[in-house]
Amino acid sequence: MSDVTSLAHLTDEEKYEHFMRRIENDEKIEAEDWMPDDYREQLIKLITMHGISEIMGAFPEKEWVPKAPTLHRKLAIMAKVQDEMGHGQLLLRVAEDLLKPYGKTREDIMQDLFSKRLKFHNVFHMPSPTWGDAAVIAWLVDGAAILSQTMMLKTSYGPYGRALKRICQEESFHSKHGESLVLSLAEGTPEQRRMLQEALNRWWEPLLMFFGPKSSKETGHTNVDKNLKYKLRSKTNEELRQEFLTKYVPKIKLLGLSVPDDTLHFDEEKGEWIYQEPDWQKFKEIIKGNGPKSDERLALRRSSYENSQWVRDALAEYRMAAV
Amino acid sequence: MTPEYKEVLTELLFQLADDDFIHAFRGSEWLGLAPHIEEDVAFSSINQDTMGHAVIYYKLLEDLGMGAADDLAHLRDASAFRNGVLLEFKNGSGEYLDSPQYDWAFTVVRHLFYDVYKKIKLEALKQSNYEPLANAARKILTEQTYHLMHWQTWFRQLMQSTEESRARMEQALLRCWEDMGGVLTYGQYGDEMTALGLIGSEEALKNTWLAEITKLFSEVDYKKPSDEPKMAHGNGRNGEHSADLDHALKILSEVYRSDSQASGW
Ligand SMILES: [Fe+2]
Ligand SMILES: [Fe+2]
Repeated sequence: MSDVTSLAHLTDEEKYEHFMRRIENDEKIEAEDWMPDDYREQLIKLITMHGISEIMGAFPEKEWVPKAPTLHRKLAIMAKVQDEMGHGQLLLRVAEDLLKPYGKTREDIMQDLFSKRLKFHNVFHMPSPTWGDAAVIAWLVDGAAILSQTMMLKTSYGPYGRALKRICQEESFHSKHGESLVLSLAEGTPEQRRMLQEALNRWWEPLLMFFGPKSSKETGHTNVDKNLKYKLRSKTNEELRQEFLTKYVPKIKLLGLSVPDDTLHFDEEKGEWIYQEPDWQKFKEIIKGNGPKSDERLALRRSSYENSQWVRDALAEYRMAAV
Repeated sequence: MTPEYKEVLTELLFQLADDDFIHAFRGSEWLGLAPHIEEDVAFSSINQDTMGHAVIYYKLLEDLGMGAADDLAHLRDASAFRNGVLLEFKNGSGEYLDSPQYDWAFTVVRHLFYDVYKKIKLEALKQSNYEPLANAARKILTEQTYHLMHWQTWFRQLMQSTEESRARMEQALLRCWEDMGGVLTYGQYGDEMTALGLIGSEEALKNTWLAEITKLFSEVDYKKPSDEPKMAHGNGRNGEHSADLDHALKILSEVYRSDSQASGW
């Protein structure tokens, strides 16, 4: 029986209890089901940020699409960045459904992005000045994204979980692509190795930041707590960061690269990685939209959006006339 | 294979490879900047296909002993390129990372013109007596139908909507008409290409293109600007190009050229 009719006679409190029971029983919530505003708002925040990050994530890699050194690499990175745009599209559609009760559309999402109300991942505010950066992005940024996206696969919101399933399948190709890029440079000339090491140095801190602060001391943690309560996610930021270090530090060393953190080591007693904390103040500034490339990339998005307003107007008019 | 046959065949293959290579590059500059996200995804898939077609042709050249496909794509000077000049023109002012003022109408018309022709050309190449080329044409054709539909849809929509859209499209049509002649020509070895059985005659293919494009025009109540398209900015088939090609090649080969010691990427 649909949730809508069966819940009609209940009070809000009873609906909430019913909803939380479903969450506790690991049931999937669907778009048309009753959900508390709080849950809806958390989802909107999470999914629009994820979706828009995929789209803004095209920019650091975009420069390297035509510049990719060989025909084979050109094809591979074209496919990869296209996938990312596709992820953005998939996620924005999930977000659009959630926004419907508020009368909001994709236009609002774009305007929120331009005004910096809508945030996107710290890594996509960073410069990517060499081909080495394209390699490190595909290997480690995508590697980090896979960990957090895999953790969300069991999310309580059905449509998000289904989108993530497809995304994770494609992401596994991305990290293979990244691994292959990194391997070629690592096995290459001194110049190629230097390019790779420098890119790793640039990306190390942003990668640690990617998972977010450890505890509420740094930024206030209500979102993570809520997301755990609603079973939107199943691991904390620090758990994911530890997983990342366990998975990639040995691989980095195996390639003969060094991690730009002298303090980094695995503490056997505590059973965890000890590392130099990133500058969380800087992190806050970056995701507020004050990172090194934030304004430039937002301006690029905004101006291309405005520049093609006539096209969207024309399409809307054409569809109106067709009805 | 006689030396003459090989020489004319490689000319033709360079035309085919360079057309798709440069065209895919201009398309890929739109990445992240297309009018909406759905288009970004679809366009990017088309660009990948087109780049893949260029790779097929460069590989055929490699097989003929002309050098490694990657060297052919990245190390030749502009004067060695055989693409039509229309395909190398920038998408608009600015750079793809710096204040791009790209012209979507120009892109739609250029793609439509090119893809209508590409399909006709591939049909003709299926009859080529160079078997590897005929096989390549068959393979590529399977993707071409979708590309063509994509641009036809855009063309119909933008030609039959707002006044602004119509005006921009008509401007783009005039601009593309000025240089489409350079895509339709086979260049100085054209007669030999046909005489040697590599491809049907330039005249016949051009007429088919004119017939198909005129039909599309009439659907949207547009008259062709003149009897046939011009070649205002030089004949790329003979190595004449604009500064826009130098610009493109510099970007495309920047990394490949950056480390002459590198044996792999
Ligand atoms: Fe992605
Ligand atoms: Fe990815």
